[in-house]
Amino acid sequence: MKNENLYNYILGIADNSLILGQRMGELCGHGPTLETDIACTNISLDLFGQVRSYYQYAAKIAGDDRTEDDIAMLRKEREYKNVLLVEQPNTDFAYTIGRQFLFDVYHLAFLAELQKSNDLTLSAIANKCIKEVSYHERFSSDWVKRLGDGTEESNQKMQAAINDLWTYTDELFHQTEADKAMVAEGVGVDVTQLKEKYYKQVNALLKEANLEIPESKWFQKGGKEGIHTEHLGYLLSDLQYMQRTYPNMEW
Amino acid sequence: MTTTEQNIDNILIPILEQVSDPEIPVLSIMDMGVVRSAVIINNKVKVEITPTYSGCPAMDVIGDDIKKALKDAGYESEIDLILHPAWTTDWITPRGRKALEDYGIAAPLDAEADKEVLLNGKRIVKCTHCGSQNTRLVSQFGSTACKAQFQCDDCQEPFDYFKCLK
Repeated sequence: MKNENLYNYILGIADNSLILGQRMGELCGHGPTLETDIACTNISLDLFGQVRSYYQYAAKIAGDDRTEDDIAMLRKEREYKNVLLVEQPNTDFAYTIGRQFLFDVYHLAFLAELQKSNDLTLSAIANKCIKEVSYHERFSSDWVKRLGDGTEESNQKMQAAINDLWTYTDELFHQTEADKAMVAEGVGVDVTQLKEKYYKQVNALLKEANLEIPESKWFQKGGKEGIHTEHLGYLLSDLQYMQRTYPNMEW
Repeated sequence: MTTTEQNIDNILIPILEQVSDPEIPVLSIMDMGVVRSAVIINNKVKVEITPTYSGCPAMDVIGDDIKKALKDAGYESEIDLILHPAWTTDWITPRGRKALEDYGIAAPLDAEADKEVLLNGKRIVKCTHCGSQNTRLVSQFGSTACKAQFQCDDCQEPFDYFKCLK
């Protein structure tokens, strides 16, 4: 492939949204209340819509007979480049909200920078997505506050979720080889530059929500390089079931 | 605010105005502002549409409906989905806004007012049933990607609000 770095870079962005979209979609019909159920599946729908734009572009870059469906549905676990955070399961509603919040703050900051990309397709996609993601971030921040500053039980559950998910936050700011190459070309976002602002914003909201900021300095990583937690395999078997059972079906 | 000229051949306007949004049938795709260009080249129409929301499942149906309407009028067509410039609720025409209100969906406010509403600020989304301003946001996400749920504290009825997108 002529432009392998760009291809991998696009996948790195899109896979986060695909996997998180699948996790939120799992709540369809299973949300704690009707409104939150609808909200979670709306977020899922936004994310899936966004990944179509990315994968269509990636398929064009690949330049062979690969389609958006092949890229989304037919890769093996090791070939997915999403961060570990987004594949974590819906243990309870606090985990769903915590995961969404910790990703949304990053996602919004990332898209704001991607809008400045000198790759016109990526900047157009970012420009479209950021409007939707700002609604996601408002929703998840709101719920972190509501649960953290709610009852004793909701506070404990929200704190437990944040404590567990915290270990996956640092990976958001790791650069892959494709990242570095794309930053050098003015296409990609230098994620290392987003870190300070990210933790400042997250910490301020946790404080406002009456939650402790986790002290752990040890972080888990590997997703961006294809080394995933055990949860991704199960998720993919669900996600890919239709495409593998009925080959060549379209979204 | 993004303003871009639409480029639509006059002869095509009445045809495209017949195509409506499958999720909000009172709203034509022209009033919604999703058709960005439609030009006849060698008796074939090239149409560019832009999605309201990335994941809007109505876009595929809209594309098919445009094709069908043009075919009925004697034109072959080709539909392209474009992302730039991104759609904004500013592109909904005054006629479209009125159609939304008549249908029972509160039309989007301008950005500043909208922000206040969603941050639980001043209540300014009017109830589509009784016109009261005493309403509250129930959820930022509604029955479709483009809507939020509100409830009127006077008549107690729930109603949809078309989310502002800029």
